[in-house]
Amino acid sequence: MTIHQKMDAPDRRNRLDDMAQGVLSTPLDRPEGPLKVSGRAPYAHEVQPEGMLHGFFVRAPRIGRLVSIDDSIARGTAGVETVISGPKLIRNPAQGTANSAPVQPDADIYYIGQPVALVVADTFETARAAAMNVRLDIAEADRQPVNPTDYDSPEDQQSTQGDLDGAMAEAAFTVDRTYTTPAHNSAAMEPHAAIAQWDGDKLTVRSSLQMLKYNRNEIADSLGIDPANVRLLSPYVGGGFGSKLGIAPDAVGAALAAKETGRPVGVVLSRQQVFEATMRRSETKQRIRLAADADGVLSGIGHDAWVSNLPDEAFSEPVTQATPFTYGGVHRQIGHHIARVSRTCAGSVRAPGEAVGITIFEIAMDELARATGVDPVELRRRNIPEQDPTSDIPFSSHKLAEALDDGARTFGWDDTLPEPGGRREGEWLIGQGMASAVRVNALMESKARVTLQPDGTALVETDMTDIGTGTYAILTQLAAEMLGIDAANVKTMLGDTDLPPASGSGGSWGAASSGASVFLACQGVRQKIAAALETTEEDLTLKDGRAIAGNRSIPLSEVLDGPVESEGHIEPGDTGDAVRQATWGAYFCEVAVNAVTGETRVRRMHGTFAAGRIMNPKTARSQCLGGMTFGIGMALTEELMHDSRDGHIVNRDLAEYHLPVNLDVPQITVNLLEERDPWANPMQVKGIGELGICGAAAAVVNGIFQATGVRVRDLPATLDKVLAGLD
Amino acid sequence: MKTTLTINGASYELEADSRTSLLDALRNHLGLTGSKKGCDHGQCGSCTVIADGRRINSCLTLACMMDGVEITTIEGLGEPGALSPLQDAFVRHDGYQCGYCTPGQICAATAMLDEIKAGWPSVVTDDLTASPELSEAEISERMSGNLCRCAAYPNIVDAISEVAGVNGWKEAAE
Repeated sequence: MTIHQKMDAPDRRNRLDDMAQGVLSTPLDRPEGPLKVSGRAPYAHEVQPEGMLHGFFVRAPRIGRLVSIDDSIARGTAGVETVISGPKLIRNPAQGTANSAPVQPDADIYYIGQPVALVVADTFETARAAAMNVRLDIAEADRQPVNPTDYDSPEDQQSTQGDLDGAMAEAAFTVDRTYTTPAHNSAAMEPHAAIAQWDGDKLTVRSSLQMLKYNRNEIADSLGIDPANVRLLSPYVGGGFGSKLGIAPDAVGAALAAKETGRPVGVVLSRQQVFEATMRRSETKQRIRLAADADGVLSGIGHDAWVSNLPDEAFSEPVTQATPFTYGGVHRQIGHHIARVSRTCAGSVRAPGEAVGITIFEIAMDELARATGVDPVELRRRNIPEQDPTSDIPFSSHKLAEALDDGARTFGWDDTLPEPGGRREGEWLIGQGMASAVRVNALMESKARVTLQPDGTALVETDMTDIGTGTYAILTQLAAEMLGIDAANVKTMLGDTDLPPASGSGGSWGAASSGASVFLACQGVRQKIAAALETTEEDLTLKDGRAIAGNRSIPLSEVLDGPVESEGHIEPGDTGDAVRQATWGAYFCEVAVNAVTGETRVRRMHGTFAAGRIMNPKTARSQCLGGMTFGIGMALTEELMHDSRDGHIVNRDLAEYHLPVNLDVPQITVNLLEERDPWANPMQVKGIGELGICGAAAAVVNGIFQATGVRVRDLPATLDKVLAGLD
Repeated sequence: MKTTLTINGASYELEADSRTSLLDALRNHLGLTGSKKGCDHGQCGSCTVIADGRRINSCLTLACMMDGVEITTIEGLGEPGALSPLQDAFVRHDGYQCGYCTPGQICAATAMLDEIKAGWPSVVTDDLTASPELSEAEISERMSGNLCRCAAYPNIVDAISEVAGVNGWKEAAE
């Protein structure tokens, strides 16, 4: 039995509100927590089969064409089994939902750090040392420039509405500024890793991946084998943030090496290889134009973005994704421009588009607040549109105003628009900053299977992943709620392509999509129980292991004479286009900027967010903390630096690419608003994994302005840039 | 080469390459994969273990140098059903998300609390000659060698504060 629902119409039943167990939307501890905190949750490289060999990649030190590989020293090293190279190795990871092989460049080298050979040996130490002894003969070849220079402007990515130039000319106040953000790295703590093992034609790969349904096809296509012969295992993923949406060079390298040697092979990318050979977020240049009347009400919005990527990559950082609907204004112009470069592949890094697009837009809005003299919170309130101003469709639900009000109240926002530089404590200049949070909401096809036993235990099965997002917790709670049993009696199995294919984790759609499939599967189980009791699913109450219908209350063990199983299948439908679906929020922070050194410390930070029904306030809050901390990094320290001569990443490790550390992050507070969005899915749940980063950095940068009067338009706001503006 | 390692109270005979780090010995030779490799360069803290009571980066330590040293890894601090107070607090405060940096965080926190007790000052200690006070700032500073990209930092500070009995947590517990 499969319960299928295609979201062609809003689902206003709010069925979850009818359930009686009372476990959903409670702050349940993660069920896998004890395994994680005791070091017993097995990640990609942690179930090592007997006789496993170790692979270590050789990187290309320059761009060009590989004429020959001299691996004689490596092959002559005791313990080395083989050196893999050739046409099947992949140039870079697959893009999210690619579903097919990435570019397989054979001898062509497109960027510095491209993996060109894999040395396979009996120990990690031998493989690594031998890899250093592989000599590459690389010839010049015609390649894209290493710095973005020539931009294409794809016609379908430019849009004009009304007359922005006219609006700018007639406006009482305008902002016309150009900003830049540098490239970023996801920097998940677990490096990309894979262990591959063949059994005849059957390949099993244990890896660290976000979207197994797609990843299976990507590996199969890369190797030229039938996807039915590939099994992927990713029960625990040590962080993804977009970098593990698609397969990476480790998986293909390990599979090829395991095939050739006839032994299991494990490959872990070094941290430097993660920086060079997985994904970066593209650097952006953004021009924002704002035209406003005397009250700060927008009449026109312009947003142009310039980004880059390798040739033959479909992904292009969707910087302006939320600009069409965030604020009102009749006259609108959006431009998107992409340069092809010889640099590490650009792909999804947490909240592609809004992470940098909303951040820059919200800095521009702060500039408009200063120009008009309107309090920044009030300015945003005044520009909330009645409906999507570009598509003229209604919003499914709109919580920006409420988030602004709640956030300002919780934070203690001073709405008097204090003069910049007016508050000083010793060496420290103190300022407050805020920004809106906006992220598009999506639903993806997803399947799951739920089995309920007469003893009141249940099994949830789907190839969904938990990348730290809380999937184990929320799917467990959801099944417990729907089936009326204790969460401790639900076992959730994830990360195995033998299980029903899920949406995967990405684009903030995981909880809503995989959750909806579990919801539907549970509905199927409920229908069977209802049928056994000669009632309807709607009239059935399941609570504490008992089925209640009419005035009867019967233990499940008496209702069921065997396991009851159902699958659930959710598909996106017309609700995706009929309305504008988005998640909303607002950030507030207090910064202290050192007047002598230019150093910025974030003293306080608060976020209020709305993302539909919250399935677990503990894990949802943690997702928001993570996003906001990414924002602190984006605002103050994170910057991937490319050498302008050859494009290589200069700071390719965690000592030089500066993530926020514990002391950089204050005890951030988070409020989650109550919301039900019937257009999203039958659970009224929306995505929250990325919302916390979509504008967070702007709150910090705007705080620096208020503290010092220094407007940083070139992120991150490092000490030198702040100092240059201080008197 | 042969090395005798003492890990979590048990003795292991390791036959490994002299280049093998303590971290790789644990993960690749002894099946103790609770210690994580995040950077292999002492930059992230995921591999933190406790050696003779002090926290170290096991990726920066050769296994063959550890003969005679008492090593405690995350597996030695507790297990499901019998978690250490810090492990238990990390679960309740959601002091992690993906969980990959977590063993290192907990090993570091375990040793760090002893450093405060021993009177070691830190960069946020006002009076370098007095015993440092247990505070959120001290904990946050002293845990800054352990990166968490999921950024559970506020929850990590809460979890450690509760176990250490800092300020409000102490009162709440009483």
